[in-house]
Amino acid sequence: MVRQISVFLENKSGRLAEVCKLLGEVGVNIRALSLADTLDFGILRLIVNSPKEALDALRAGGFTVKESRVLVVEVNDEPGGLSQVLGTLSGVGVNVEYMYAFVEKSGDKALVVFRVQKPEEAAKLLDEKGVKMVADEEIEKI
Amino acid sequence: MIWDEKHERMKKEEKESLQSDRLKAMVERVYKKVPPYRAKMDEKGVKPGDIKSLEDLRLLPFTLKTDLRDTYPFGLFAVPVSETVRVHCSSGTTGKPIVVGYTAADIDIWAETMARTIAGAGGTSNDIIQNAYGYGLFTGGLGIHYGGERVGATVIPISGGNTERQLMLMEDFGSTMLASTPSYSLYIAEVAQDKGVDIAGLPLRCGILGAEAWSDAMRKEIEKRLGIKAYDIYGLTEVIGPGVSFECEEQHGMHICDDHFIPEIIDPETGEVLPLGAKGELVFTTITKEAFPVLRYRTRDITRLIEEPCGCGRTSVRMERVSGRTDDMLIIRGVNVFPSQIEDVLMRFAGAEPHYLIVVDKRGAMDELEVQVEVSEGTFSDEVKELEDLRARIAHEVESVLGVRAAIKLVEPRSIERSIGKAKRVVDKRNL
Repeated sequence: MVRQISVFLENKSGRLAEVCKLLGEVGVNIRALSLADTLDFGILRLIVNSPKEALDALRAGGFTVKESRVLVVEVNDEPGGLSQVLGTLSGVGVNVEYMYAFVEKSGDKALVVFRVQKPEEAAKLLDEKGVKMVADEEIEKI
Repeated sequence: MIWDEKHERMKKEEKESLQSDRLKAMVERVYKKVPPYRAKMDEKGVKPGDIKSLEDLRLLPFTLKTDLRDTYPFGLFAVPVSETVRVHCSSGTTGKPIVVGYTAADIDIWAETMARTIAGAGGTSNDIIQNAYGYGLFTGGLGIHYGGERVGATVIPISGGNTERQLMLMEDFGSTMLASTPSYSLYIAEVAQDKGVDIAGLPLRCGILGAEAWSDAMRKEIEKRLGIKAYDIYGLTEVIGPGVSFECEEQHGMHICDDHFIPEIIDPETGEVLPLGAKGELVFTTITKEAFPVLRYRTRDITRLIEEPCGCGRTSVRMERVSGRTDDMLIIRGVNVFPSQIEDVLMRFAGAEPHYLIVVDKRGAMDELEVQVEVSEGTFSDEVKELEDLRARIAHEVESVLGVRAAIKLVEPRSIERSIGKAKRVVDKRNL
């Protein structure tokens, strides 16, 4: 499992830039991100190389943040690759809350972030099915 | 425990006859001794002889805070200053304060009403009262002090502030009652937590808390964090200080010492006296005080009176917790709205001390109410649907409490301006 950071953002200009600036200043590298938005607010989700520094910097900058656990799954970078993983997830009865893809690739695999309700259980089920997942330490190295 | 069985359990007719006698004598005295009151009565065409019963109270003119200010410092005293033994001042934030005087007999009345207050919270001569209200011109400190001595309790006159010392004495002396503002009691709990003091495990058993508006949600928080029962007490300098009304163990409204202070509820707009049980502005007439009597003083506090018998056996009329001030009242689409009502709802969702801003605007002819609420780490969810759900639940609660629909907007922390002292909670763009 991988630590994900979520940030509450008001829908006004410059907020996303402010987050990136704060992270840049403390040398945190963003690995993957997704922005969910509504009329008034957005939720920014981030996978970074050093979550602790990122949390501290954002809190100090006055943002409301939350840490959660997500699954980062290796998907074959070929047609039908994602479909295969989703099939396995639904096969073991895991419901996906949301998902987004990684910016970077590792070899010939793509990385996809899944937020599911019971990540630990889901990770165990996927592992039994032979699905490869990435851990925190590996994210730091990417 | 009931401190003054005779007066606190008096039968209705007997009480009314006592009030009526005292009222007549007071009006007579005030008319004779206090020129500004005489002028106001003359202007209204009311003579002391017109006041024949309690019903006639409504013939008398109101007294406003400005009347008290305009007669600074001693203009409304009904005795020469040489006959007073003490003065107190209200905390005037702008300009000159309001000065009130006490004769020795007034101090005695005050000690009695405060003894009733302390006994209402179960206080006896066995209690050790840590009095963290400020001593000085403010009535809180000395009011509690004299009441505590009257019941024979041990009073620690520590006054407010120096929280670490408060905690040290609380631990070492085994204080059983805390007298402070509700917010200061929570602050003490916070400092205790930082210092690793298990405050809930100390002998402290109850708090008599007042001098500021607070909600039931805050009461629960205080009771949980300090491990005490929290009693609401009410008073104001202009009437006497603390000791005007207090909660008993039933905690269903505050018993007014109505053999000394007669309450009325009026419509703040028209000044009309409202029927018993209706919500409106609280007005007090003092009927026993010598140095600084007040005729129909408009407190600007909004509450309602409860006359049903109380389980504790006291027969005095009760007032509900003050739900707002006429000065903060907003009229939205014809409905009276108080920021405190909104705060109460937000407390239920966001825990203690929610940061919020109420914005009122007009769209066409319609008033629009928006409540901006800061998202804290406690309420933040990583999922859009949960935040939308939170917003919908707040909107639903606000509408059911106010009777008016409000748009709820979730905003980032610290986007609402902070102020030292009284927080700015309302922006009314309709007046701009």
